[in-house]
Amino acid sequence: MASKFSASRAAKYLVFWDFLSGFRLGLKYFFAPKATVNYPHEKGPLSPRFRGEHALRRYPNGEERCIACKLCEAICPAQAITIDAEPREDGSRRTTRYDIDMTKCIYCGFCQEACPVDAIVQGPNFEFATETREELFYDKDKLLENGDRWEAEIARNIEIDAPYR
Amino acid sequence: MTELRKVVIDDLEIEVEPEFTLLQACEQAGVEIPRFCYHERLSIAGNCRMCLVEVVGGPPKPTASCAFQVKDLRPGRDGSPPRVSTNSPMVRKAREGVMEFLLINHPLDCPICDQGGECDLQDQAMAYGVDFSRYREPKRAVEDLDLGPLVETHMTRCISCTRCVRFTTEVAGVEQMGQTGRGEDAEITSYLNSTLDSNLQGNIIDLCPVGALTSKPYAFTARPWELRKTETIDAMDALGSNIRVDAKGSSIMRILPRNHDGVNEEWISDKTRFVWDGLRSRRLDRPYVRKGGKLQAATWDDALGAAAKALARGNSAAAIAGDLAPVEAMYALKRLMEGCGGKVECRVDGARLPAGNRSAYVGNARIEDVGRAGRIVLVGCNPRVEAPVFNARIRAAWLAGAEIVAVGQTADLTYECRHAGTGRDSLTALAQETFERPDADRTMVVVGQGALRGADGEAVLSLAMRIAGQGLGMLVLHSAASRVGGMDIGFNCDGGIDAALEGADTVYNLGADELDIPEGPFVIYQGSHGDRGAKRADVILPGAAYTEEHGTFVNTEGRPQLAAQAAFPPGESKSNWAIVRALSSAMGNPLPFNTIGQLQREIAEHHPVVASLDEIADCEWRPLPEGKLLKGEFPPIIENFYQTNPIARASAIMAELAASSDRPKQVAAE
Repeated sequence: MASKFSASRAAKYLVFWDFLSGFRLGLKYFFAPKATVNYPHEKGPLSPRFRGEHALRRYPNGEERCIACKLCEAICPAQAITIDAEPREDGSRRTTRYDIDMTKCIYCGFCQEACPVDAIVQGPNFEFATETREELFYDKDKLLENGDRWEAEIARNIEIDAPYR
Repeated sequence: MTELRKVVIDDLEIEVEPEFTLLQACEQAGVEIPRFCYHERLSIAGNCRMCLVEVVGGPPKPTASCAFQVKDLRPGRDGSPPRVSTNSPMVRKAREGVMEFLLINHPLDCPICDQGGECDLQDQAMAYGVDFSRYREPKRAVEDLDLGPLVETHMTRCISCTRCVRFTTEVAGVEQMGQTGRGEDAEITSYLNSTLDSNLQGNIIDLCPVGALTSKPYAFTARPWELRKTETIDAMDALGSNIRVDAKGSSIMRILPRNHDGVNEEWISDKTRFVWDGLRSRRLDRPYVRKGGKLQAATWDDALGAAAKALARGNSAAAIAGDLAPVEAMYALKRLMEGCGGKVECRVDGARLPAGNRSAYVGNARIEDVGRAGRIVLVGCNPRVEAPVFNARIRAAWLAGAEIVAVGQTADLTYECRHAGTGRDSLTALAQETFERPDADRTMVVVGQGALRGADGEAVLSLAMRIAGQGLGMLVLHSAASRVGGMDIGFNCDGGIDAALEGADTVYNLGADELDIPEGPFVIYQGSHGDRGAKRADVILPGAAYTEEHGTFVNTEGRPQLAAQAAFPPGESKSNWAIVRALSSAMGNPLPFNTIGQLQREIAEHHPVVASLDEIADCEWRPLPEGKLLKGEFPPIIENFYQTNPIARASAIMAELAASSDRPKQVAAE
């Protein structure tokens, strides 16, 4: 069955209407603000609850927060955390070893939820790719160093999120 | 026996003894009552108030079920049995109130508390606690006590249940702990801040329902949920206490008691509990062979080859088994020595235990019989150091009215005991006296190894058997976990240890570190620790310790029990029976078993008494012929309780305890 003649369709066909509307859309997005970011130089916004690279925090006086309660080790579903502890010289309970295997970690955030003293946290850093696998086996020194480096951001994020907890 | 009483607990009607407490009756009905201060093996204090229940139709207030007897319940008006409710709103409200009061002064430091994860207060707060606190005032803080190198105290966490006080006074028999003050000022203290002077003190760590008393050597090192738990048997003394070994990875983190009514109830001695650090140090983890006068590390092939050559070359070989050897290893070694015509001997301490007469080297009484005895005669033994948990049983019998008479060295046994003399003449006099007594049939005789070490050991044993023959029986209190098992499988020769070693040109030493092997023979030492035996050795074959292999131990009352493997032996060391089996292959005459199962079946076939696990085989009572007693005193056999075997000697904790027990005690000025 032959289709019925339509005057408006014929007119659009004659003036290349489809081309024109396509150009219009292209020009609109040409002048509209960009949705992509120029990644290494620009970065998208992060939620204060973002779960990135782990860090061990300290108290303002420099004392490490972690008290070796091993709740993070117990809750870790990937069993990525290994802790050894013993009494420190002053008798307080501290870790002698705090290892996170970042290749095992699934970034669920249970460790920071379990921590009673906000010692282990997942900070805003997500740029910690390494050349070798071994570099992703974090030990206590590396985690404390992360904590020192990111403390300002971590503290701010915790403060922003505090009303919702 | 009195008539049983009917009682209805939560709509379930049961019949119980009238002497039962409501708590026991509830337990019989299958209802668990929360409690902190109540403990089955201690006296009733009734001070935590957690076990409140409602007696329906009774007083309008909740009743402490641990301190209320079933016979004191009144039946209903219509004669119906009394009713107890354990889950009514009144009970729940009362328990929540008690919990809130307990939590007022309890610190919120569960994350750093070693009891976390196995804490009664934590568990019960999950059931009866509320998730907020109404308490705004400052919490109380209490200064910690110094109870010595074993028990760490955090007295702020104490909920004043007084279990520790009751245990030390009633069971351990040291009256050093008590409670002072009232209300909020109530504190558990030790008398004049003294450290605990008991070798059962570790048990208060288990008893403490909160984290106020924790283990000092174990402090902060592990959490209960990350430990692999293995139920096994202790080898530190001949009692064969049932223990649970908790390991993390390859290392043993702690040792806890298990309940066994017939053996250790639920206590263990401090040596049993804290010896684990000795399992980590001074271990033999590879074979050694002496070359040019010095021990040098070798491969298994070299070491087994050297041992096989020495055994084949020798005209006369002898094998001796030390205090910690399991039955399996001794049996395999006996088979090996039979193959090369050697002698075997397990009585390395020189005790004159008569071979083949089980009624004489084990006795016919059981550990449990102590509770029934009216009179206990201790011959040449100091149970407080030879078997502290057994001593606690004797103390319980004494508290129940038994008379204790001792012949031998004087010692503080934690209970009153009539000291009849130190030597053999006193034993003769005591025997005469016993025969004439009307209560001779309730007399139990406990014979220690100190009484049997003289040349007249059998005569002493014969006299003890005559005293015991009219009474409840005799128990030979051994000092080594391996001894009864060794005697049961016939690991002995005529003439004892002296005859075995005399003229031997090759000596196979299976972990005997308490004797000197004379210069001359070639010595093959198989054991777990670099102790005295390893020093004298020409070949060292590294073996497993008692926690690292499956093995049978027969305890002092003749009860065979199976020890399980809780960790792997370190380095290249192997199970003891497997080493003997490998050596037999190296000698070209392999023993006919390849697995421990086959070996145990073979032992069961030849020696059924050691195969009936946890059962004491009946043995015929065969009194020894009377002998002539010599003169002299019975010597003490243990110089220092904490240093009796190679594992304990390798332990830093035991060394510290040994050093402090040598120091003179400070005595308060009168």
